[in-house]
Amino acid sequence: MSLTYFFFALLSILAIASAIVTISAKHPIRSAMALVFHFFMLAGLYLTLQAQFVAVMQIIVYAGAIMVLVVFVVMLLNLGDEATLANKYQVRQLAGIVLAGVFGLSLVYSMLNLRNMLNEFPTHTVEFTTVQAIGNTLYTNYFVQFEAIGILLTAAIVGAVMLAKRKIM
Amino acid sequence: MNNLIWILIEALIKAVVILNVILLGAATSVYLERKISAVIQDRIGPNRVGPFGVLQPFADVFKLFFKEDIVPKASDKFFHSLAPIISLGVAVAVYAVIPFAHYVEIGGTKYYIGIAPNLNIGLLFILAMTSVGVYGITLAGWSSNNKYSLMGGLRSAAQMISYELSMGLSLIGIILISGSFSLNDIVIGQANWKWNVFLQPLGFLIFLVSAFAETNRAPFDLPEAEPELVGGYNTEYSGMKFGMFFLAEYANMATSSAFITLLYFGGWQLPFSPDLLGLAEGSIGLAVAQFLVFFIKVVFFIMFFIWVRWSIPRFRYDQLMRLGWKVLLPLSLLNVVLTAAAILIFK
Amino acid sequence: MVTEFGIVLLFFIVGILFVGVSLFASALIRPHKPNPEKLSTYESGEEPIGSPWVQFNARFYIIALAFLIFEVELVFLFPWAVVFRDLGWYSFAAMAIFVVILLLGLAYDWAKGYLEWDKPKPIIPVLKELIMTREDLKNQQKD
Repeated sequence: MSLTYFFFALLSILAIASAIVTISAKHPIRSAMALVFHFFMLAGLYLTLQAQFVAVMQIIVYAGAIMVLVVFVVMLLNLGDEATLANKYQVRQLAGIVLAGVFGLSLVYSMLNLRNMLNEFPTHTVEFTTVQAIGNTLYTNYFVQFEAIGILLTAAIVGAVMLAKRKIM
Repeated sequence: MNNLIWILIEALIKAVVILNVILLGAATSVYLERKISAVIQDRIGPNRVGPFGVLQPFADVFKLFFKEDIVPKASDKFFHSLAPIISLGVAVAVYAVIPFAHYVEIGGTKYYIGIAPNLNIGLLFILAMTSVGVYGITLAGWSSNNKYSLMGGLRSAAQMISYELSMGLSLIGIILISGSFSLNDIVIGQANWKWNVFLQPLGFLIFLVSAFAETNRAPFDLPEAEPELVGGYNTEYSGMKFGMFFLAEYANMATSSAFITLLYFGGWQLPFSPDLLGLAEGSIGLAVAQFLVFFIKVVFFIMFFIWVRWSIPRFRYDQLMRLGWKVLLPLSLLNVVLTAAAILIFK
Repeated sequence: MVTEFGIVLLFFIVGILFVGVSLFASALIRPHKPNPEKLSTYESGEEPIGSPWVQFNARFYIIALAFLIFEVELVFLFPWAVVFRDLGWYSFAAMAIFVVILLLGLAYDWAKGYLEWDKPKPIIPVLKELIMTREDLKNQQKD
């Protein structure tokens, strides 16, 4: 299992590093690309947990679809370096620091409690992360939730288009 | 530990061999394209380098090696270099799941011909890689800081994501029939002429059109439409970086042909029973025969791609979007529903 | 235990090495003689005016949004396609409802015309104005 541990450590370090680049990069496109890299590292982490379907979905949906949308928005809005924006958002920065502090504290708290649980990689995840297992539960036990997702997605597309309408017309 | 080293060595040999196959395949595609386009346009085509000009693509690659790499001052240096690497990387990565033949059995061990043809999420891997391929071209357009490049990159991104949907939905039809994401399983399921193209004619057409659009080839080559955009996203590229985009384009064409073969035309399945040749399952002879069959099918589709490019005029952008969203998307959804209903009725 | 993904990863590494080595080799061989003309942005021989970062047609954004929604739908279709034989008509109905709900969204976009791209508006020549008599030409020259 030492190989898995090695990859877990490597991927975690790269994931955290790219996350830091994402928030510290000056240009939005650089941030976006660092985030794409981060998603790849996350997909790799899912692979070490034997969750292959989730890993591929992470790439297809996050790296392949959501980030394309983000890149389009950056291109559309013609965003430059964020240095010009920095002065406008001091209140937000303050709120961000407070929220990040709260989040960090809760993270430390939960890590202290979970210390004993993280000794071994879970092996039983294989059973419920296969495509078959996901399919068998999603369309039977979670039928209502599944259809609700459909309604949510439809609402999202109609709403987004309504907002973007002003630009087109 | 010893076992691990052997697996690694096997994988390394496979990787090096297949990388060479890809490059050779891309070079062959370039040569075929130039020769076939010459025949179509009543020209002679390359005939100076080697017999019948077969060494022309290699000469081109060597030429590109010696060309100066010009990076415009206004460009973003890092992404300008990264973009061609992403494009070629994605084009090459997809080959990891292609089975070139079934397997060879040596000393009780089965050696599958391909990097990881039994990957249990093979089809999804392809889809993931194509969805990431958008970045290569978009970044090339963005980092060049050139109006033509940016327009080409943006067009290409919008085009690729539009046709990716229909492509993914046409794959659902295949998964419904085979019940597996593994490409080897899909090929095995097509034995004895049970080719998916007969079961999925509509899905095949949708996949074919989407493959043309995904590879940015004519009639969908708007990202590099010369009359309006000069070179499109690769206007500002020169030397080996341009060569990489070039290689990626032809590698993509070969990949698309390979996928059409694997998904719809029986892949490496021989057109007759292997007993006719007197070859046992797992023998080297059978693997060679399977590889030849696969190779001939792939070359046929590469020629089809080339033939289409030199015969059909380019779409207009609004036509392209209309075809993607208003024709192919509803049709591919219809294909999924029809396939599912047919399977349930004739089960 | 080396899984298939490990082998794919190895293939990636070999591929990256190949690309890196070929770029490096090319960097060693090729000439490097930049001058301001070479490094300028290409725009058919003209000096580029302004940044290429003009605001783009918002339709690209709509397309990306619609793509995102349908990609998520596609993701839900994959597990369904695998288990659908076992679950039978029940899962068929479940998916049919899901797809129809999403098709409503597509139909909305379609009906409102968001999927339309800017169509080129052809300028239909009116014959009367185009035909110039010798008299017209003379009048024009006088003006």
